[in-house]
Amino acid sequence: MSTRLAKHGRLIDRSKQIDFTFNGKTMKGYAGDTLASALLANGQVMMGRSFKYHRPRGVVASGAEEPNALMQLGTGDRYEPNQRATTTELFSGLQAQSQNHWPSLEFDVLSINNKLSRFLTAGFYYKMFIHPRPLWKHVYEPIIRKSAGLGAAPDAELKDADTYEHFYFFADVLVIGGGVAGLQAAKAAAASGAKVLVLEQNSYWGGRAPVDGGTIDGEAPEAWIEKTLAELRAMDNVTLRDRCMGSGVYDHGYALGYERLTDHAPGQGGPRHRLWRIRASQIVTATGAIERPLSFAGNDVPGVMLAGAMRDYVVNWGVKPGERVVVATNNDDAYRTALVLHDAGVEVVRVVDTRETGGGALMEAVREKGIRVELGRAIAKVKDGKSVTEVAICAQNGEGGAREIVQADAVAMSGGWSPVVHLWSHCGGKLIWDEVTASFRPDPERPPLGDKGQGFVVPAGAANGEFGLAALLEDAAVAGAKAAEAAGFPATTVAAAKGESVAEAQMEAVWLMPAKADVKLRMKSWLDYQNDVKVSDVQLAAREGYESVEHTKRYTTLGMATDQGKLSNINGLAILADSLNAEIPQVGTTTFRPPYHPISLGAIAGEARGEIFQPIRKTPMYDWHDRNGADWEPVGQWRRPFAYLRDGEDRHAAVNREVKNTRENLGLLDASTLGKLIVKGPDAGKFLDMMYTNMMSTLKIGKCRYGLMCSENGFLMDDGVVARIDEDTWLCHTTTGGAEHIHGWMEEWLQTEWWDWKVYVANVTEQYAQIAVVGPNARKVLEKLNAQAGGGMDVSREALPFMEWRDGQIGGFDARAYRISFSGELSYEIAVAASEGQAFWDALMEAGKEFGVMPYGTETLHILRAEKGFIMIGDETDGTVIPQDLGLNWALSKKKEDYLGKRAQQRSHMVDPDRWQLVGLETVDGSVLPDGAYAVGEGVNANGQRNMIGRVTSTYHSATLGRGIAMGLVKHGPKRMGEVIEFPGTDGKTYKAKIVDPVFYDKEGEKQNV
Amino acid sequence: MLILECPYCGVKAEETELAAGGEAHLKRYGPGSSDDEFHDYLFMRENPKGVHFERWRHANGCGKWFHAARCTMTLEVFGTYPAQTTEPPQEICDKITAKRPGWSWREFSDGRKSSAA
Ligand SMILES: [Zn+2]
Repeated sequence: MSTRLAKHGRLIDRSKQIDFTFNGKTMKGYAGDTLASALLANGQVMMGRSFKYHRPRGVVASGAEEPNALMQLGTGDRYEPNQRATTTELFSGLQAQSQNHWPSLEFDVLSINNKLSRFLTAGFYYKMFIHPRPLWKHVYEPIIRKSAGLGAAPDAELKDADTYEHFYFFADVLVIGGGVAGLQAAKAAAASGAKVLVLEQNSYWGGRAPVDGGTIDGEAPEAWIEKTLAELRAMDNVTLRDRCMGSGVYDHGYALGYERLTDHAPGQGGPRHRLWRIRASQIVTATGAIERPLSFAGNDVPGVMLAGAMRDYVVNWGVKPGERVVVATNNDDAYRTALVLHDAGVEVVRVVDTRETGGGALMEAVREKGIRVELGRAIAKVKDGKSVTEVAICAQNGEGGAREIVQADAVAMSGGWSPVVHLWSHCGGKLIWDEVTASFRPDPERPPLGDKGQGFVVPAGAANGEFGLAALLEDAAVAGAKAAEAAGFPATTVAAAKGESVAEAQMEAVWLMPAKADVKLRMKSWLDYQNDVKVSDVQLAAREGYESVEHTKRYTTLGMATDQGKLSNINGLAILADSLNAEIPQVGTTTFRPPYHPISLGAIAGEARGEIFQPIRKTPMYDWHDRNGADWEPVGQWRRPFAYLRDGEDRHAAVNREVKNTRENLGLLDASTLGKLIVKGPDAGKFLDMMYTNMMSTLKIGKCRYGLMCSENGFLMDDGVVARIDEDTWLCHTTTGGAEHIHGWMEEWLQTEWWDWKVYVANVTEQYAQIAVVGPNARKVLEKLNAQAGGGMDVSREALPFMEWRDGQIGGFDARAYRISFSGELSYEIAVAASEGQAFWDALMEAGKEFGVMPYGTETLHILRAEKGFIMIGDETDGTVIPQDLGLNWALSKKKEDYLGKRAQQRSHMVDPDRWQLVGLETVDGSVLPDGAYAVGEGVNANGQRNMIGRVTSTYHSATLGRGIAMGLVKHGPKRMGEVIEFPGTDGKTYKAKIVDPVFYDKEGEKQNV
Repeated sequence: MLILECPYCGVKAEETELAAGGEAHLKRYGPGSSDDEFHDYLFMRENPKGVHFERWRHANGCGKWFHAARCTMTLEVFGTYPAQTTEPPQEICDKITAKRPGWSWREFSDGRKSSAA
């Protein structure tokens, strides 16, 4: 059993004891512990259940690469699943729960999957999907849902209680990794004067060096690390951040850092995570290396750990992994673990080294301690269970027979080390296969390229495949200097610190243990722990014809878990290569994609949540609306009143009241959100003739015209009223939310197609408050205001006819009045300066009292226009509708040779008489048609679905008519007036509606023209 | 997150400041064009692995459209230039030729497109 040692533990503070809970049980740890080290110290070797088979699992690594020890942390609005115990710093009150088991970690009924493993092989999901639907629905899906999965999702109703932020940083040289290589590279780069940022994912600096031993400049590595840190901290051009992981390298020197500010100290205040958005001229990746597991049967039993991780637990956290340990290795480094364990008083019962010739000086040192070392030997099998009990040892070069059984409670394994090449590779850095270390390392000839075609990432140290302390430090010093020089700083010659470490004998590539393991063993030899992928799965995929590594990855899910295969990828590739009789470099790697390690969604969102997720645009009368019952509706970034609710009213009642009052008395609409673009210049008329389907150049000064805009595809994209202001000036209204888009659209054509045309476009939307004064009493209220002011604009029918505009004064306000109507009533849209909008609104409300004035919202606007059969962009149009579909042929100029969309509207499909066309729809019983409902016709299509012949585009209850009205697009619609068609609803009912003229109210248009 | 220098305001703009506008140097076909011409204008686009000419707008900056010549594979940028032209400037073509002998993208009116020219 694992337990706390009386000595060792360079990172823990034994004077600060901490209480935490695991599955509700209170445990004790020390400041400086990770959750993983604290659990081990409490004898908790088993930490979770595996994804597919629910096998017992323990911690296998000591850092970000950990695949097994995933925890659910916290509760309520600070609950988070799938957090690594190895990267979770212990704090007082930490609450952790293991996951993926039921009912408990110890007794999991679904571990029966373990017995069904032969049915859950590679491609399981693909193979199940092709079975008939009922089997899938009733058998497989429920089983998979229950059994497969990680931690429970947070409560959807709760909001994350923490805050997050983004931070921008510009560096000449970004160094990712604060181990001895990163520090050495930073020192070399900083000496040139370059601005250097160094990121370290852990809370401590120096990486593995203090654990692995050796000397730097004649001292213990820790002394050099402290000294170098002090030097770097004293430099103005160096910034150091710990608990900040370099998470991704992107185009042109962009990089992301993920800083965990308060994960280890909740309640400290301030943001929890900070996303660093970094631009660097050059990036040094000093990201170290990750140890590979060995593929033997039972290599996932709790208590089997990477040798380097086991060493970390002893040296860093004073935890011994067990009482009797077997060490299995193909290289010299694992002997360091044997020495550390021996020194800590742990019995190393055996070192099995696959190499017939054994190792070098480290092996001799182990033998000198009296530890039994066996060469050419392997682990045949670790007995299944919740912890290690028995280890079977056999010859490496065999099938696993002639076993010797030894009693042990932990196993340290080392399959060699792989450089962490992820960040090098994120933006296209290529790899080469290194025979000596049996790993991929960066190809210095093919780095990721920047905007000038220059390499912008320089790997350093172990991440570059340099493992001995001396070589590693020299490589890092060169990398740092090279990066600074490439960033434009003078070349410097900072001498590398002198590293000394024990020379190591050549390792041996071992991808399967024993080399000819039989199928029973291979079915228990794990490659990807988190996704439960075994050697036998990859071999099966190869047998089934999967030759590409990318396909095999997806078929077997190898490397697709949240650890992205940090431990498993090389082993899996090697097994695949062997199965295909290919060389590993020919098989290649899968693509490395950021982030290096999962980062929180909160950090990605940063401050952009809640009220500041996006700006809210408010009209000048926003506050008045808010005080007067506005039921807000988002329209683009604007907020518009849907309706104004009075006491005791619901939305429906309020809308009916507003509709009737506007038709019968007087309504006010805040129309300020409508886009207003000034188009000006000698060629403005010619330009607008291209933009709009109608002729705008011939519009007389003082007049208005309703216009349509189409894309080059011919589809309707915007509409609005255009007013001719003077000889070379037009004012174009766009839809709410269309202003920026249409402004951009006009700019695009002016800048990229007709750049010699003399036209300027200005978006003046927010310069004006615009109020629609609508209803039979509209003129009366304006005349009253003018009378009160002692004169003003003549708003009579004769002086300001329908579809004209005038500048002047209304009620003492400088105003521009447009006689346009989107309601069919007598209507003036009046624009005043934005700063006077509220005052003008107040004046209208006050003067309008005797005329029954009421404000109305967007729903009333919609109903009024639908009663008149006016289309609404976004309702009647959806990007596939042309003006001809909507009966708007009258707005398509026949005289113009060209306008945007004209050519497209001549294409065969556009002139197809079978296109669905706009009609009005009246339910037979007066009810309201469901929005978006489809009309069905005779017969069925090739899929056996009923043929569709139309759909509802707008549907409302009309208070004016006392019944449901709708518009829709129907095949041959205008020719089928009076026909009743059927609309099956999602509620199981079938709605019947009669095809009618889309103009339901005042067909002659008399009311607006008075 | 590309960086492209806006040829109008000189700002080295990050991708978040820019709006992509697809392939550059398309010729517009309107009424009177054949179905094939119009179809190609609307829908057919180069999608090279290598040298490409693209339209970009400095949307959150000066608002101007410009063109960028870059390599879609290595992300190298050969140059940016104003959008008020039907063909890439000779100096940019020369620069590309120097770096990508034999490159081709589309025939321009005077036939220049590759190192052979
Ligand atoms: Zn610009």
